[in-house]
Amino acid sequence: MGLNCIVCVKQVPDTANVTSDAMTPEGTVNRSALPTIFNPEDLHALETALEIRDRWGGSVTVVSMGPPKAADVLRACLFRGADRAILLTDRRAAASDTLATSYILAQAVKTIGNYDLVLCGRQAIDGDTAQTGPQIAEKLALPQVTYLEAIESVKDTNGEKSARIKRNVGNGWELVDVSLPALATVLDTANEPRPLAAKKVMRFKHAAIPAEVDEAKAEELREENLLIEQWTLDDINADLDRCGLAGSPTKVYRVESIVLTKEGFTPVEPTEEGISKLIQELVSERTL
Amino acid sequence: MGNYYLDNEDIQFYFDVLDVKKLAEIQEDYADNGEADYVPRDLDDCVDNYRRILEIAGAIAADTLAKNAEQVDEEGNTLNPDGTVTLHPLVRENLRKMAQADLMGFTLPRRYGGLNCPTLVYTMATEIVARGDVSFMNMFGLQGIAETINAFANQEIKDETLPRFCSGEVTGAMVLTEPDAGSDLQAVRLRADYDEATGQWLLNGVKRFITNGCGEILLTLARSEHHIDDGRGLSLFISERNECVKVRHLEHKLGIHGSPTCELVFTNCPAKLIGDRQRGLITYVMALMNGARLGIAAQSLGVAEAAFRLARVYANSRCQFGGPIENLPPVAEMLTDSKVSIEAARALAYETAAVCDQENNALRLTETIEDLPKERSKELKQVTRKLKRLNAMLTPMSKLYASEMCNKVAYDAIQVLGGSGYMKDYAAERYARDARITNIYEGTSQLQVVAAIKGITSGIFKDYVEEMEKVVYEDAELEELKAQLVDAKAKIQECVDFVKGCSVTYTDLNSRRLVEMGMSVIIGHYLLKQAAKCDRKKTILKYFLAREIPMIDRYRQRIFNGNQLAVDAYLEIVGEVPQAE
Repeated sequence: MGLNCIVCVKQVPDTANVTSDAMTPEGTVNRSALPTIFNPEDLHALETALEIRDRWGGSVTVVSMGPPKAADVLRACLFRGADRAILLTDRRAAASDTLATSYILAQAVKTIGNYDLVLCGRQAIDGDTAQTGPQIAEKLALPQVTYLEAIESVKDTNGEKSARIKRNVGNGWELVDVSLPALATVLDTANEPRPLAAKKVMRFKHAAIPAEVDEAKAEELREENLLIEQWTLDDINADLDRCGLAGSPTKVYRVESIVLTKEGFTPVEPTEEGISKLIQELVSERTL
Repeated sequence: MGNYYLDNEDIQFYFDVLDVKKLAEIQEDYADNGEADYVPRDLDDCVDNYRRILEIAGAIAADTLAKNAEQVDEEGNTLNPDGTVTLHPLVRENLRKMAQADLMGFTLPRRYGGLNCPTLVYTMATEIVARGDVSFMNMFGLQGIAETINAFANQEIKDETLPRFCSGEVTGAMVLTEPDAGSDLQAVRLRADYDEATGQWLLNGVKRFITNGCGEILLTLARSEHHIDDGRGLSLFISERNECVKVRHLEHKLGIHGSPTCELVFTNCPAKLIGDRQRGLITYVMALMNGARLGIAAQSLGVAEAAFRLARVYANSRCQFGGPIENLPPVAEMLTDSKVSIEAARALAYETAAVCDQENNALRLTETIEDLPKERSKELKQVTRKLKRLNAMLTPMSKLYASEMCNKVAYDAIQVLGGSGYMKDYAAERYARDARITNIYEGTSQLQVVAAIKGITSGIFKDYVEEMEKVVYEDAELEELKAQLVDAKAKIQECVDFVKGCSVTYTDLNSRRLVEMGMSVIIGHYLLKQAAKCDRKKTILKYFLAREIPMIDRYRQRIFNGNQLAVDAYLEIVGEVPQAE
């Protein structure tokens, strides 16, 4: 049958390894002081798309919005088996909040076209808003399934495609039948991202966006199918008033650095006795 | 998100110590590669690929293999009533990850989907994998089966099997050992009969202790010439897993529980001949075995590295008598000893791997290039012969040194952890159990000595070492250290001359000592070369020599005392055979 998936991925500062100079005195994130990584849950979204392709066929296109350096995450997608990669990079898109970002990505998805499923990580570790995925769905008027845990099945009834998706609702699961095209946001418990494939690394380590190389080199790469597509806001017919600062109503009031002091954990035996001990402790500490 | 390549500076150091670019050139120029979309652009690109491949292996070893290892060790694999084996789900996951990462055709040519890596890089990867899970290294290391097929099978068999190895669809087994043919493979009895009616060979008999005998592709050593009793009556056969081969028993072992060790029963199993009849043992298995031995050396390095790191972390965090126990000299010495031994073994194994690559290359050149000028052809044949003889000494030495080393290191790791090391709470006891097989399989240490001693007594050792002695070091201190090695070599030669004047028995009794002395000198030279590039290695060399030179003196005394009571007074010393209980 084949499903065409578009995966939205983001390069983020590695917030798990925050050092003291990671925050500016103004309380914003000092991006240059932090190493960048592939947003963890986006890797799971990519894996979901690759598994869909392994199982039912189709294609996997990845798109990212970011500075030229974000080409790194697109190469990482190609190393794992993505078919096509697009970097949307445009100074006019800088300082976009989730509203503007989702508008831009929705325009990009529209421009790519011919898709059955758009996949996003649940949220990015820099902002932790979990808004971008749902907002893309809203702008594309797609049904959305958040907290995807698994794709249970895919059906094609006379050209009407649909999927049964298991979503995690916190204290249990919900099975959702959704007609396609749709958008889903993926949890890190959904799967385990595959390792880099050596042969793909050997090939695609040479892949680059035009901004990373000179013109002659770009031409050479294009001939070898190693030129990663680089789009601007013009390529996706974006309304500039809805992009970047102009399109971002969010105002950051303050960012606080909170250091967790509690260390370690207390194991609880999975027995009646163990549980009642825990309850007693919680009661005596007035947690309950 | 660990990485067993990136966190190991010593492995990475070999990209500076050895001429990896030269090895890449050899590998790229003459391997039967064909077209692929991942062909390197030039030699630098090729070397960069090697690093990236190792990085991928390093990530899987740290994040998947190591994480799964404890449970795999506890639960093992399962033998089904129908004579098949179900691998532990986590072993299957390990295999799937390696296949997804394209790492199951490491040295095979690209035309089959392989990575076309030199033996050196494969050896590094093997060490990295073994550090994650010693037992899984056996599944990974069985790529040697595919290498044997590539080297000796006909094109049809290669086309049929090699792409499946590379994609990870199949794994293999080398089916050699029998209940009455262990170290002595010439005694193999499993029958191969040519069936005129169907035009195929049929295998009948029993094989024992077969690592991954439940794999899909079996390379079986069998007696095709029933009138010849010795090794010349044996041929090598390939067969696919089918119901004519049943796993009768899955061994319960001390360690490497993730690696299924099978007893196999062949009943009219159809098979194809690899290469020529009668060359099964003497040519093919010997070649396979040499590669496998280097693999075990790498496996030994992996387990030693894992055990050492565990011990170091513990010694650093465990406080007794008012401070970390690594502040206590005896504990510090155990750890220092372990670290130096690991780096010494790594030097020997990796240098040997590089020699293997050169030998493979020389061999390929003589075989593949037609119309070689007579002079050149003669010259190449000479080089091949020389490298082959050198390798015949270095490979068993690598296995001997590394496997004995890892047993000591794993044993001392338990010692550093003390009571905690004896408990199942830490991996130390698992490492020690896993390490214990390395100086037994693929030929016991005693058999490695038998293989290596010829090199010491025939002058190969002397020539090789004297070649290295010619290197002049700018650093006067290094020259002084070199002088110790020159002196040690002379002492070894005295010992060789002495035993040559004694009985064969006496030479046998002292072979191990002679080989160990020889290894110390060879490794000393390797470390000397490294010390010229890195100050820390100079310290390693100093420690190494301070430990080894007295050993050489002591062995020399022992050899010169002429005592052979172990044989002459055997019964008097060991006494009556104890009554069976």
